[in-house]
Amino acid sequence: MTSSNLLSITTFIFGAAAFFYFAHWIFKKQLFGRLGTWTALIGAVGNITGLIMRWVESYRMGIGHAPLSNMYESLVFFAGTIVIIYLFIERKSKNAIIGAFATPIAFLALAYASMSPNISDRIQPLVPALKSNWLIAHVITCFLGYAAFAIAFSISIMYLFKRRDVQKTSSLLSHFPKTQVLDELNHQMIMFGFLFLSIGIITGSVWANSAWGSYWTWDPKETWSLITWFIYATLLHARMMRGWYGKRIAYLSIIGFMAVLFTYFGVNLLPGLHSYGQV
Amino acid sequence: MKLTVVLLLSIALTSIIGTVIPQNENPEAYLRAYGEYLYRLFDVLDIFNMYHSWWFQLLLVLLTMNIVVCSIDRLSATWKIVFAKNPSFNLSRFRKLTQKEEINASYPPNELKKRYEPFISKQFGYTRVEETEKGLCIFAEKWRWTRLGVYTVHLSVILLLLGGLIGSIFGFQGYVNIPEGEKVDSIRARDTGKIRYLGFEIKCEDFNVSFYDNGAPKEYRSSLTIIEKGHPVYKKDIIVNDPLRYKGYSFFQSSYGKMAPNTASKKKEVANKPSDEITLNFAGSQSGKSYRIKAVIGKPVDIPEGLGKFVVVEYRKTAEFAGQNIGDAYVGILTPSGEKPVEVLLPLHFPNFDRMRKGAVVISVADQTAKKFNPGKQTGERYYTGLQVTKDPGVLVVYTGFIVIIIGCFITFFMSHQRVCIDIIKGKTKSKIIVTGTANKNKMGMQQKVKKLSDQLANLSHRS
Ligand code: HEM
Repeated sequence: MTSSNLLSITTFIFGAAAFFYFAHWIFKKQLFGRLGTWTALIGAVGNITGLIMRWVESYRMGIGHAPLSNMYESLVFFAGTIVIIYLFIERKSKNAIIGAFATPIAFLALAYASMSPNISDRIQPLVPALKSNWLIAHVITCFLGYAAFAIAFSISIMYLFKRRDVQKTSSLLSHFPKTQVLDELNHQMIMFGFLFLSIGIITGSVWANSAWGSYWTWDPKETWSLITWFIYATLLHARMMRGWYGKRIAYLSIIGFMAVLFTYFGVNLLPGLHSYGQV
Repeated sequence: MKLTVVLLLSIALTSIIGTVIPQNENPEAYLRAYGEYLYRLFDVLDIFNMYHSWWFQLLLVLLTMNIVVCSIDRLSATWKIVFAKNPSFNLSRFRKLTQKEEINASYPPNELKKRYEPFISKQFGYTRVEETEKGLCIFAEKWRWTRLGVYTVHLSVILLLLGGLIGSIFGFQGYVNIPEGEKVDSIRARDTGKIRYLGFEIKCEDFNVSFYDNGAPKEYRSSLTIIEKGHPVYKKDIIVNDPLRYKGYSFFQSSYGKMAPNTASKKKEVANKPSDEITLNFAGSQSGKSYRIKAVIGKPVDIPEGLGKFVVVEYRKTAEFAGQNIGDAYVGILTPSGEKPVEVLLPLHFPNFDRMRKGAVVISVADQTAKKFNPGKQTGERYYTGLQVTKDPGVLVVYTGFIVIIIGCFITFFMSHQRVCIDIIKGKTKSKIIVTGTANKNKMGMQQKVKKLSDQLANLSHRS
């Protein structure tokens, strides 16, 4: 079996996990939650194994490099990170309904990577600019950040649903974590994501400085990552200084994640240096 | 605080403009794209170089001042808390807390104090015991200094901006082409075009480029020598991501090109030129079938399966793809039925090249032998290497800012000033112990810590 096959299978496993979590949420059966957790765990293992196999395959082809060099590989890593971080949260919060909102994002990311005609899953040799250890540090940290923001996004959506149900009449929302818990989780994910986004931008700058001789050139990808950073910085200040919490933080978190998505996908539509993402 | 949010958001919003409108292109391109009126307007507003415009820089300066003023203002208050000689504890505040843990023990307060104090002081560092009207009370705290974390983050933001400023005032960015075997002693600045003398010479001994089998570039390598007063003092092969640094200047591999060929190689070129008749191979991506068709330069041919028309327009001795030399190639125009024509490159060294386009038809030159392509080794050709030359004394400041911001964010997010109060109340036979705690951040996490602490204290309260 090749890594691409394994990762295609993993896509379906993530789909199944999302399905179980949904069933757990709708039918409120513990069994489905359990199934979801185990499926997600198996998917995560498949995801990591797929990446490792890809790494090995690239060495067999004589162009060995870490599997973090193009759009396909970054999406695979993104999906895996989301599931792993989510599983941590599930353990900590002891609530598997969040899975119904978090795992679909991982599923979509991986499905997009495997199925989109615009994304090649071929292992390509590295062009000179990408041959740098900073690239690896850059991609890992950025995507840890993005994954945390993705989960913060799902938690924000849950928060907004839960909040509208003031009378606690909706049975669909009754097993959601309490609003305070959702709000706190959202905040923790954002802090985690912000730290890693910062490190991601920093390692990217250091890399640019070693490859092209300037650490910041205002190219669209850089600028958009800074815009994203500013949005989350605004959120943090609003919370820490003005005591904003709840609804307004949830909206800001959603806007922040939109900026993340634009930085990730949208920027390729604009002119700039980071065009390797188009392959 | 409002001002901070307004500034952060206005920088974020205005930054978008520069990502939508390409920066620093030539005026004609802008005129064509936006028309006379908009061009004038954008030009006045410096939109075409907006990140260096006065108004954007002003926003950055305002932001910096905002941070400095706010931070100094608040720092003085925080400073007093952090560096107080005797940390103050307010027992009644702790007693008013709603979240508390309670345990009982059959020892008198003094015995409990003996058991608890070493344990607590190991966990927290600072501890203090005070008598109360009902018994005694142990206060403990740790990580008071983490209250300063925010200021280190803000300091680092200032360092970043300062480093950028130093770079833009004292820094230099330039570009130079050095033919193999030649040397230069000066560099032309990128923005002003002024010549700057280095005070030493830099020589390009050799330049080499290598390619992967699929035609993608693998490595650009320039062998450089630094020459001081006629003597070579330093040698290094540079590749992308591994520049040469000397006396504050850095030399980056940036581009390369071929010198105008001399007469000897021109003759060879003519002799090598293939005939105008070419056999092409068309492979339908859908059907998987392929067809061989003879074509002549300038005459369109119909592609089977109704996939459109193709015409070979010229033969190029050195074709370029994405700025890279990929050897000799035919260039053609493909007009898929009902779609816009596209230019198609058919490099003679890379038979599978056109697959990259992912079109409905893959075109190649038939009977092509995939000769190894190695432009660096072709006889009679001379290359020049293109170097980006920079000098930026601000980098050190910026990198310091990078490190400080990471540490500062970590402290601000994940560490807090934690205080606990263990209120021991003497009863008739037993003592009641109430454990409470506060933190300046992450209150939920603190509650869990308090719970854990009270469990541990409960263990210490039994006979052993
Ligand atoms: C470009 C980046 C930043 C700017 C422009 C900025 C600006 C400011 C300003 C002006 C204040 C004081 C507001 C006032 O007192 O009215 C403030 C406070 C604060 N900032 Fe930032 N900040 C930035 C980055 C950060 C980051 C990355 C963090 C988080 C790690 C952070 C955390 C805080 C906190 C916790 C406070 C409250 C400080 C206190 O209570 O004394 N800031 N910020």
